[in-house]
This record gives sequence, C-alpha cells and structure tokens, in this order.
Amino acid sequence: MTTKLETLPTPDKKSGGAGKPTNHRKPRESRGTLAFSRAQRGKSLMKHGILILAGGLMIYPLLWMVVSSLRPNELIFREPGLWLNSLEMSNYTSGWSALTHPFGHYMINSAIVVIGSILGNLISCSMAAYAFARLQFTAKKLLFGIMLLTIMLPFHVVIVPQYILFSQIGWVNTFWPLIVPKLLATEAFFVFLMVQFIRGIPRELDEAARIDGAGHPRIFLQVILPLMVPALATTTIFTFIWTWNDFFGALIYLTDPDMFTVPVALRAFVDSQSATSWGSLFAMSIVSLLPVFLVFLFGQRFLIKGIATTGIK
Amino acid sequence: MSAISELSSITRRKGKATAAEKKANGRDNKAAYIFLLPWLVGLVAITIGPMIMSLYLSFTDYNLLQPPEWVGLENFTRMLSDARLHNSLGVTFTYVFVGVPLQLAVALLIALVLDKGLRGLPFYRSVFYLPSLLGGSVAVAILWKQIFGTTGLVNQVLAMFGIQGPGWISDPSTALGSIILLHVWTFGAPMIIFLAGLRQIPHMYYEAARVDGATTLQQFWRITLPMLSPIIFFNLVLQIIGSFQSFTQAFIVSGGNGGPSDSTMFFTLYLYQKGFGQFDMGYASAMAWVLLVIIGVFTAINFIASKYWVFYDD
Repeated sequence: MTTKLETLPTPDKKSGGAGKPTNHRKPRESRGTLAFSRAQRGKSLMKHGILILAGGLMIYPLLWMVVSSLRPNELIFREPGLWLNSLEMSNYTSGWSALTHPFGHYMINSAIVVIGSILGNLISCSMAAYAFARLQFTAKKLLFGIMLLTIMLPFHVVIVPQYILFSQIGWVNTFWPLIVPKLLATEAFFVFLMVQFIRGIPRELDEAARIDGAGHPRIFLQVILPLMVPALATTTIFTFIWTWNDFFGALIYLTDPDMFTVPVALRAFVDSQSATSWGSLFAMSIVSLLPVFLVFLFGQRFLIKGIATTGIK
Repeated sequence: MSAISELSSITRRKGKATAAEKKANGRDNKAAYIFLLPWLVGLVAITIGPMIMSLYLSFTDYNLLQPPEWVGLENFTRMLSDARLHNSLGVTFTYVFVGVPLQLAVALLIALVLDKGLRGLPFYRSVFYLPSLLGGSVAVAILWKQIFGTTGLVNQVLAMFGIQGPGWISDPSTALGSIILLHVWTFGAPMIIFLAGLRQIPHMYYEAARVDGATTLQQFWRITLPMLSPIIFFNLVLQIIGSFQSFTQAFIVSGGNGGPSDSTMFFTLYLYQKGFGQFDMGYASAMAWVLLVIIGVFTAINFIASKYWVFYDD
C-alpha cells in the first residue's frame, strides 16, 4: 500500500484542465478533442493504470475464492493463479450436504429473518420518521436527539439484559429476538434516513391533502409513502445485507442447528472442517455471498445514494 | 445533514426555533405519539430498559440460574487486576487507532483519484465499494483465514518470489495486522461519502486559487482538506464507534478464542466469552458499560477537537 501512496498523483487532478478553465466542468466532453493535450492523456492513462491495479488487488481475493471453489481441494494450497483447467462441481455438492441439514435449510432460515426484518424496518421506521419530519409534538427535540444517539449506541450495552428478557419469554432458538427489535424501529439509522427524505418532500402536498379533508394516516399512506419509495428501497437493501450478514445476534440466540442462519451455519462448518474440505467451505461461502452480490448488482444505485445522502452535512 | 451535524445543531440552537415552530403549527400530540408508538416501545423495552438493567447487573454477580447478587464495585475492581482484559483493551485500541486512520486515508486517496468525470467511474466505484458490503460476513472472514494461513494465498504468491512467509494468522505478531488489513480493505463506504463530499466543493474556489498561482498541493491543503473536513470528521466518528464494536472477523479468524496467545482477543470477544461462554453476566455487563464509557469519551474528544480543525462553510 505504501508504494501506491507515494506514486498516486493525489492533487494533480485539480489541474486537469489547467489551460481551459471553461472546459473544466465537463472534462468528459473535452476528451478526444484537440484541447486534450498529450500530457493530460498521459496523466489520465497513469490514473487508470493505478486504479486498475488497485481495483484488481481489491477483488483478487474474491475472484480467487470463486476459482478455488471450482478446483480440486489440494490445488487451493498450491495455485495462486486464476486459471481453471476443469470445472470441479464436487465442492458444491459435498459442501451443500456437509452439515446436519442441507445448506438450503439455513438459507431459508436466513430468508425468514431477512424478510421479517425488512417488513419490520419499513413499517416502524417510516411511521416514526413521519412523526419526526412532519408533526409537532411535546418533547420532539428531546426524542429526536435520543433517536440520533441510539444510532451510535453500542449493541453490547443492551445485549445481556436483552438476552435475559428474550430467554425468559422463551424466545431463545426462535427468530423472534432477531425480528421483533426491527418491528420496534430499533435500527434508528433508517428512521434518520427517512426523516431526511421526508423533509425533502414539498409540504404543499400535505397541505393540499389536508384541505381535501385527509387526516394524518391518509396523508402518510397516500401522499408521503408513495413519494418516499427511494428511501424505502434503500432501507430494504441495507436491511437485507446487514441482516443476511448478521453473525453476533444469531450466534447468541440460535444454538439449535435446526434454527441456524447462514452465518452461524458457516461458522459451524469452519469449526468442524478438516484441512481437506477447504474447497467445500469456499463453495458454501460463495453461495452465502451470492444473494448479497446480486442485491449489490441490482440495488447499487440506492446503496450509493443512501450512503452519500446520510453521510453529507 | 448528517446525524452528527444534526446532533450538534440541536445543542446549538436551543429553544429559539421551537417557539417559532409552535406558533406556525398546532400540535398533534395524539397523532404523533401513535405514529411513534412502535419506536417508543422499542426505545423503552429494547434499549433504555436493558441499559438500566445492565447498569444494575454490573454491580451484581449473576449467572442466569440464581438471582443476581449485589456485590457493589467488585466487578470493576476485578477488572483492574484482569490481565486478559487489559490485553483485550490494548488489542482493540491498536485495531481502532491503526485501522481507522489507514482505512480513511486509503478511502480519501482513492476518492481523490476517482473524482472529476473520470471515464469508467461507476465501474471503478463499484469495484472499490463491493468489499465493504461483503467484509462483515463470515464468508469473507473464512476467506481471510485461508489467505493469511501458513499455506494461504499470500504465502503462495510470496513463494513465487522465493520468500517463505510466516503463518500470518497463527503468529501472534502478525495476526492482528491481518485483521486490520481486512478492515482497511472495506474502505468503500467512507470512499463513497468522500466522493459525494468532493462533489460539493464549489469549483470557483479552485479557479480562483489557480488564478493566484496556487500549486495543486497548495490547493489540496488550503481548499480540498478544509472543505472536506466536516465529512472527514463524520467518517472518523462513525468508524471509531463502529470499530470498537468489531467482532465477527476476529471471532472467525481466531476460531472464537482470540488467539494466538490472545493477540486477536478484542474487547467484544472477551465480553462474549465472559457473558455467553462462562455466563458471568455481571462481569459482562460491567465490561459493556466500560465499553460504552470508552466510546463515549473518544466521541466526546472527537467533538471537542473538531472545533479546532473542522471547517463549516455556512
């Protein structure tokens, strides 16, 4: 990494259009015209070179894992390259049935938790966000401040009593401890994301509906919700990825192999595996990452927007 | 506005705005509290209630079977002489204060290269962003365990150059470094935030600086960094809070025991072992409160220090 730090022309891009300030806002169009000098082309080539190198380094481990999962086991410890001589599907078939249940069982468990969490977050967070963004009420500032603080609260401070509470209700080894908190809007990050979004919706729309005699439930359901679909999509996608990857919660609440979600199933696999089954371990790891990758592929727009808008002042 | 700037603005303008808002809008207490009901129930039952409960438990001896027994400050005095706990604090601090600055530096660097209408930007952005989505998963931790193993990918590559690498995760002096590297690898999310921030810097600043003959390095120090400082601050606060709570990677890579020789025993991992391995719930609760106080102190330091280096344009 250090060599890259030295060679990166960090602030150079600022002089991208030094001679032609008027062109600067649209460097894309200036490309290929005479205005795009040889020096600039060199700089741009170098930049692409660096980016391709850095990007390649970033995703090489992932690509190598995919390739290795399609190789005979012993090659995983000998072959750092990406070249495949033959397609070996046996890792996938043996990995799929390596644990007590077929791997699909754990994926279904994960899917149940994910769907419950998504519904919970969508309903509870959008309701709270509507109140914070549009309604005036006693102690609003205080409650809003508390809500923001809970975004930063470490999970560990509440985990022991939460565990005691849920085990007394008899919810250990059920999915409820993983879903019910989402139904109660405890992922305040999404409340905040939605508040931000609702604030951007013109108030005139609410006023018009109110003049037509709509109360808050109707304004919320028929005016605000349809307009905040992008925020709901961002929430859905983030909830999907975070819940699908969630390990700590599942580790604590799900100890019965019947109830395992994918992360704890993988953990059981990695604990039980001998040195010869890395191939099947890799294969199931790939299977577990696939849903996240697909969501990333199709929902990227919402992900990037979601991060950027909540991160910006 | 980010959550953080909202928080500081709430404390800045107390009362003044509320009077005006009150006049403009009638109150809808009933409707508001109905909309807030799920959140309020969660706040009381899932967050504040358990917080108070865990504060109480931290002064007790409790193993889930017998009722909690009040022991006063014993859990905290035990901590003072718990060498493994001190070690776990050291490991966690190293992880946070090496990993976070490194990750943010890489994120900023790549964001600067990616900024300004580079051809293929969406593609590059995706490539750099993907690891931050996958990095928290058990699957990637498993991959890391192999890559940095004795016969892992890293050593296979080194062997091509005739170098015999150590077993990175089985050697106590390099194990934590491998996990820090995993954290740096997930720089995509802060990078996206930096990219969005860079785009908000008005272009005329650079043009004016160039007219005055400022070099690109001067422009970076005098324009880019100050204008970006609120976003650097935001990333710093969030990443520090998040990294203190890091758990999955160390758990999987070390096989759940924080080894070798406790070199990857994160504070959270030790807390888990105490609470859910030995069912020493009183001690675990006390540890959780120590973690909360540590995170709170560092966040407060961050906010106080920000007055000296974060520049707000408005």
